[in-house]
Amino acid sequence: MNNEPRHMRRIVTAWVIASVIGDLLWWFLVGPHIPPGNMTESAHWNQFDFNVLAVTAIPVVFMVWLWMGYALVNWRDKPGVPDPVGGEAAKAPYRVQAAWISITSIVVIAAAIYGTVALIGDHGSGGGEGPNPVWAPEGAVAANTAAIQGKATWSPAGHQPLVVQVIAQQWKFTYRYPAFGGMETSRLILPVGTDVVFDVTSLDVIHDFWAYQLSVKADANPGVNNVAFADTHQTGQFMVRCDELCGIWHGAMYNSGRILSKTAFMAWATKTEAQNASNTKYLPPFAWTYTPDANGASGGLYPDGNVTPYSPYDTYGAKQPAS
Amino acid sequence: MTISAERPTETAAGTAAPAGPRRVSWTNRPGWMSQHLGTALVLAFLGYLLGHWWGNHIAGNYHYINGASGQNSVADFLALLLMVVGWLVGIGALNYPIAKLFGREAVEEAPAKGMSRYFRYTLDHKVVGMQYVVGTLLFLFTGGLLAMAIRTELLNPTVHIFNPGTYIEIVSEHGTIMMMMATSVVVGPLGNYLVPLMIGSRRMAFPRIEAFSFWIFSAGYMVIFSALFYGGFPTGWTGYAPLQNQAGPGMISYLFGFAVIGMGMIAAGFNIAVTIINYRAPGMTWSRVPMFVWSILATASLLTLATPVLFSAGLFGILDHVVLTSLYVNEHGGSSYLWENLFWFFGHPEVYIMALPGFGIVAEIVPVFTRKPLFAYKVAAAGMMGVALLSFFVWQHHLFQSGINPDMRPLFMLTTELISIPTGFIYLVGMGSLYKSKMRLEIPMLFSLALYFNFLIGGITGVFLSDVPVNVTVHGSFFVLSHFHYTIMGGLIFAFMAGLYYWLPKMTGYMMNKKLGLWHFWTMFIFFNMTFFPMFIIGLLGQPRRVFEYAHGLQGLNDFSSISAFCLGASFLLFFWNLMYSMIINPKKAPANPWDSLGLEWQTANPVPLYNFERIPVIVTEPYRYSEPGAPAYADFGGGGSDGGSSGAVGSSVEE
Repeated sequence: MNNEPRHMRRIVTAWVIASVIGDLLWWFLVGPHIPPGNMTESAHWNQFDFNVLAVTAIPVVFMVWLWMGYALVNWRDKPGVPDPVGGEAAKAPYRVQAAWISITSIVVIAAAIYGTVALIGDHGSGGGEGPNPVWAPEGAVAANTAAIQGKATWSPAGHQPLVVQVIAQQWKFTYRYPAFGGMETSRLILPVGTDVVFDVTSLDVIHDFWAYQLSVKADANPGVNNVAFADTHQTGQFMVRCDELCGIWHGAMYNSGRILSKTAFMAWATKTEAQNASNTKYLPPFAWTYTPDANGASGGLYPDGNVTPYSPYDTYGAKQPAS
Repeated sequence: MTISAERPTETAAGTAAPAGPRRVSWTNRPGWMSQHLGTALVLAFLGYLLGHWWGNHIAGNYHYINGASGQNSVADFLALLLMVVGWLVGIGALNYPIAKLFGREAVEEAPAKGMSRYFRYTLDHKVVGMQYVVGTLLFLFTGGLLAMAIRTELLNPTVHIFNPGTYIEIVSEHGTIMMMMATSVVVGPLGNYLVPLMIGSRRMAFPRIEAFSFWIFSAGYMVIFSALFYGGFPTGWTGYAPLQNQAGPGMISYLFGFAVIGMGMIAAGFNIAVTIINYRAPGMTWSRVPMFVWSILATASLLTLATPVLFSAGLFGILDHVVLTSLYVNEHGGSSYLWENLFWFFGHPEVYIMALPGFGIVAEIVPVFTRKPLFAYKVAAAGMMGVALLSFFVWQHHLFQSGINPDMRPLFMLTTELISIPTGFIYLVGMGSLYKSKMRLEIPMLFSLALYFNFLIGGITGVFLSDVPVNVTVHGSFFVLSHFHYTIMGGLIFAFMAGLYYWLPKMTGYMMNKKLGLWHFWTMFIFFNMTFFPMFIIGLLGQPRRVFEYAHGLQGLNDFSSISAFCLGASFLLFFWNLMYSMIINPKKAPANPWDSLGLEWQTANPVPLYNFERIPVIVTEPYRYSEPGAPAYADFGGGGSDGGSSGAVGSSVEE
C-alpha cells in the first residue's frame, strides 16, 4: 500500500524534470535549426509550427518511455516483487480512463485548431492550393488574373506581387515570368521582400515543385493550375527539387534558385528579357496551363492563350504531321 | 438461422469422424493425378502462354495498343489473367463452384492427411494459416532483399550501382511487395489459424472462400513478381497516373497484381468477419471476446469495405492500358486526381489494416506476461473500432499539396489528428497493464514492448505530418518514409514476430529457441531504430523519397542508415536460422501451455485436432483473469454446452 503513491510520485517527478529539460533544449538548441528556416514568411512560421508540435510531443514521448523504463526495472518477475492483484482489484480506475481520454482529446483538438490557424494566417503556408486559392496574400489573386490577361507588371518600387509560372516536365523545371514579356528561364530568380505567386503546372506527369528553403510545395498536375504563395524575406540561394515520383530520372530533377535584392532582380530580369527576346517571341501567350498535343511535350504544339487549356485540333490542324 | 442450422452438422462431424463411401474429389485424390501445387504451376504456365497467344491474335495489329513500348498490352493482360485462372483451376479452387453451377451436388471432401495437405486446396483453417505463414514470409524475404538493394544504391550520392531505371524498378517492387505482404501478414497466418480457436469454433464460416483467399494471394505474388520480367514499373507503390499511363507493360502487373491481391483481401476479410460475428462459442459475449479477435474483426471489416475501391481503381487502370480509355488522363477528359482519390480511399484504411492486428497481438500477449488482467478492456475494443471507423475519413491528407480544394485541408487535418485519440487508447491499455505487474520478459513480451516503443515514434511523427503547415516541409520526403516504416515495420512486423514466437509452439508443437530469439530481438530492435531514425533527419534536411541522387552533405547519415539496414537484414537471417533450427534441426517439443496463458487456443489438445474442440466450450467469464485466486476458468469444456442449449446461447450472445 505504502508503495503506490511513491511509485507515482517518482515517475511524475522524473517526467516533469525530463520534459522541462527536453523542451528547453529543443526550443533553444534544436528548434532554431529546424528547416525550412527563415527565408520566407511561411518558412518562418512552418518552422515555428514544427517546434510547437515538437515541444508538445516531447512530454508525451518521455511519459511513455519513462513509464516503460520504470516498469521494466521495478515490476519484473523477480524475488521481492509482490504478485499483482487480479480480478476486481485490478479493474482500471474509471478516473484514469476518463482523464487519459479527455487529455488526449484536448491536446489533439488543440493541435488541429492551431494548425488551422497557422494554415489560414499564413496564406496556405506555402502549400499548393489548387486553381482557386482561398487564403491568398493581398493583391495576389488580382495579380494572377492580370497575368492571364497579358497585363502583368512588376517594379521594385511598389508592393506588387510577382507572378511566376512553374512548368514541370520530365525531368526539369522551367520558370516563366509574365511580367517580363513571358520570358522563360531554367533557374528560379526572385526578388526579396515580395509576395510571389507560383502557378504550378506540368506538361506530362505529376511532379511536385518543392522550393525547400522557401517552404513552397505544390504538385504539378498536367492541365491543372496549382497556386502557391511565398513572401520572400532573405536573399540567398535555395534548392528546388521534384518531390513526386515522375519516372526514371526523378532523382536527378533538381536545381537551385536565388533570391536577390529588388534592384538586382530588376536588373537581371530586364537583361534576361532582352537576351531571350528572340526566343520568347515564338512562345505562346501566357496561359495557366500548357497542354501539349498528341505529339507529347517534346516537339508538341502549345495551345493558344485562351483560358481554356485545350487547343482544338482544327486550330492547329494544318500543323499536325500527316498520319 | 445459419448458426442453428450449422451447429448440429458440425457437432456430428466432430464427434463422428467423416466416414462411409464418399466420392473423392480431384483435390484430394492421392498421388500425382490429384490437384496440388504442381498442377497449379503447370496450368498457370499454360494459361500464361495461351493468354499471350490469344492477345496477340486478337490485337496484334492494333497500332495504338502496341504503343511506344512495342508491347501488346492486351496480350500482356490476358497472359496474366489466364495465368491466374490456370493457377486456380490447377489447385482445384474452381471445382466446387463449377459443380454447383451445373447443378451437381457438391462432393464433401475427405480431409487430406500428412504434409501433402499444405500443397493443396485444403479447407482446414489451420492448414491455411500455415500456408499463409510460408507465403507471407516469402513476400517479406523478397521485399527485404529489394530493400537491401535500395540501401546499397544510396551508399553514395553520385556513384551509382544501378541505372536509374533499375533503381526505380527496385524501389517500386519493394514498396508494392511489402504493402501486399503487410495487408495479410497477421490476418492471413495468425488470423486464419487462431480466430476459430480463440472464439471456440470448429471451423471458419466459409472454408472454401478462406482457402481461395490464400491461393489467390499467392497468385498475386506471381503477378506482381512478373513485373520484374517486364522491365518493372516506375511509379512506386502509389502508382500515380498519368505516369501510370505512360509506363510500360510492367504497370499491368502492378494494376492486375493489386486487383488479384484485392480479391484475396476481400475474401479473407469477409470470411473472418462473418466467422467472428456468427461462430463465437456460447457465452462469448462481446465483452468476453479476446482482444486479438477484436483487432482482427476491425481489420476484416476494413479489408471488406476498403479493398473494393482498390480493385475498381486497378481495373480502371487496366482499361486505360488495354482498351485505351482515358479515365486517368487529364488531357482527354479523365482526371489524375481520380486515381489519387480512389487509391488513397483504399490506401488509408489499408494503413490501419497494417496497424490494428499488431495492436491486437500485443493486447493479447501483454496480460499473459504481466500476469494481470488487461487494463481497460472496453477502451481497447473501442480504440480498435474507433480507429477502423475514422480511417475512412482521412485519405485526403495524402493530397494536402496536390491542389485539392484548399478548404478541405483543415477538415482532413482534424480527422487525421482525431485518429490519435483511439490510437492513444491502445497506449493507455498497454501502459496501464504494466502498472504493478510481474513482468516476464520472454521473447514475445520483448517484441510487444518494442512495438510500444517504435509505434510511439511512428504515431507522433504522424501528427507532424497531418499538420498542413509542417506537411509542406515533410511531405514526400524521407521523413514520411521513416514515419511509415516506424508504424508498419516497427509496429506490425514487430508484433508479427511477437505473435510467431508466442503462437508457433501451438501451431507447430515446437518451441522457438530462446537464446537465438534474444539475439534476433536485440539485433532487430537496435538496428531497426538505427536504420530508420536517421531518416527523419535526412527527410527534414530535404531528401525526397525515391531518389538515387542526393545532397553530398547527407552522405554520412545515409551511409549510417544503409549499414544499419544491412545489419537489420542480417537480423532477419537470424530469425530464419532460428526458425529452421527450432523447427527442423533441433526441435524441442513444446509444453501444452508454455506461457501459462488462459486463452482458449491453449486449452485444446496439442496438436490441434481436425475439428479443434472435442466439445464446443462454453465461455463463462471475461478473458485475462490472471492472478485472481478463485477465478473461474475462462471456458467450460465439461458437459455444460450440449447441442440444444448451445445454439440458444449463441443467439443471445449475438444480440448483446
